[in-house]
Amino acid sequence: MSINPDLPIQFSRTHRLQWEEAQQKNVILYPEGMVELNQSSAEILKLCDGTRTLAQIVSDLEAAFSTSGLTNDITAFLEVALQNGWINQN
Amino acid sequence: MAGLTKTKPTPPRWLLAELTYACPLQCPYCSNPLDYTKYQTELDTDGWKRVLSQARKMGAVQLGFSGGEPLTRQDLPELVKHARDLGYYSNLITSGYGLTEEKIIALKEAGLDHIQVSIQASSQELNDHIAGTASFNHKKEVAHLVKKHGYPMVLCVVIHRENIHQMPEILAMAEELGADYLELANTQYYGWAHTNRDQLLPTKVQFEKAEAIAQAFKEQVTGKMKIYYVVPDFYEDRPKACMNGWGTTFLTIAPDGVALPCHSARELPGLDCPNVKDYSVAEIWNESKAFNYFRGTEWMKEPCRNCDEKDKDFGGCHCQAYLLTGDMHNTDPVCSKSPNHGVIQDAIDSAATSALAGNEKPLVFRNSKNSKLLS
Repeated sequence: MSINPDLPIQFSRTHRLQWEEAQQKNVILYPEGMVELNQSSAEILKLCDGTRTLAQIVSDLEAAFSTSGLTNDITAFLEVALQNGWINQN
Repeated sequence: MAGLTKTKPTPPRWLLAELTYACPLQCPYCSNPLDYTKYQTELDTDGWKRVLSQARKMGAVQLGFSGGEPLTRQDLPELVKHARDLGYYSNLITSGYGLTEEKIIALKEAGLDHIQVSIQASSQELNDHIAGTASFNHKKEVAHLVKKHGYPMVLCVVIHRENIHQMPEILAMAEELGADYLELANTQYYGWAHTNRDQLLPTKVQFEKAEAIAQAFKEQVTGKMKIYYVVPDFYEDRPKACMNGWGTTFLTIAPDGVALPCHSARELPGLDCPNVKDYSVAEIWNESKAFNYFRGTEWMKEPCRNCDEKDKDFGGCHCQAYLLTGDMHNTDPVCSKSPNHGVIQDAIDSAATSALAGNEKPLVFRNSKNSKLLS
């Protein structure tokens, strides 16, 4: 399973991404489970809103953090996210 | 409130709200206490709302509405809405009995995140026998409706000697119903399951065969369905890390408001589990004798005390130690290092003898009549 560069990426409708005040971090919630996210993972997932493709997510984040060369890291993370069902491309 | 003051414990993350002991089903492996009929008073709506608010403030985020059958509480949608407003991820753990499309929609609107439906077997005859209630076709219908209304669908099947041979059919049923998650829960022998253990505990050969089938299926459905496989710890040689460590993560509130470090802890003598009617959740979690009792490693005796795995499994399950050795301070006898480990083989042998005898005792079903007899 890998990211299709032509299709927009959407955060799963059966998972929930939310900020946890008590833990001071973003988490993904799903049936009987929780994944704690670091800041960069959370920033990537927040852009998976069903309108942006992989290339658009990369360029938006590079612009937001005034940096470049994020393609490999973001792609690798999104592949993991896809395998875990946190995002989809349908 | 008297208590041990040590380093501040980690806050609860999971709250299990056992809203009621009332249940239309009679499953003979129910984890509710045998004497559940003694606890007739239920927390009222405001009491539950207060508990949800207090636990959420401490950091609890996963919430299970359980029971008994939580659908018997008429205030369920109101509690679900309160939980959603607080930011919980709420799970409804139900038999599906009494769930209609109208209620499924109302609960979704109230903010329920997922519904876990239990099915007792892959055939109507066995399901209805184990459940003690004709419920198979309705459960399948409910599973379809849960899916239709956009919930992640979690199917839970408790595995024991009466249905373990159906493993291939159970997996096919999960696929047919479009389950997103399948929980294959080997029976844990507490509460009613402890009473019925001779009739429920499968042989090692049966376990291994069923596990191999489930494992192969898991690989086949990767990416489509997630399988949670609850291991049968009688066939392990190390205990489970019960509750992820006592008083570290899980908080159960029983229907009458008693706070428990695990849902079986009511069986343990002398814990004096506190009630949320008398204390705040924070006082109970941080300061009560019950929640501090098995925190850390100071309570341990040998062989746990000097064991290099004590931080991995925390000495295992105290309820199992109590039920099988008579002392909750003992090492979980599942551990092969336990001097009492022989009781596990005795239990396995006893169940095998019972299975082969051909004149098995009937299952003791979980209902009020039997609860009163066993109290």
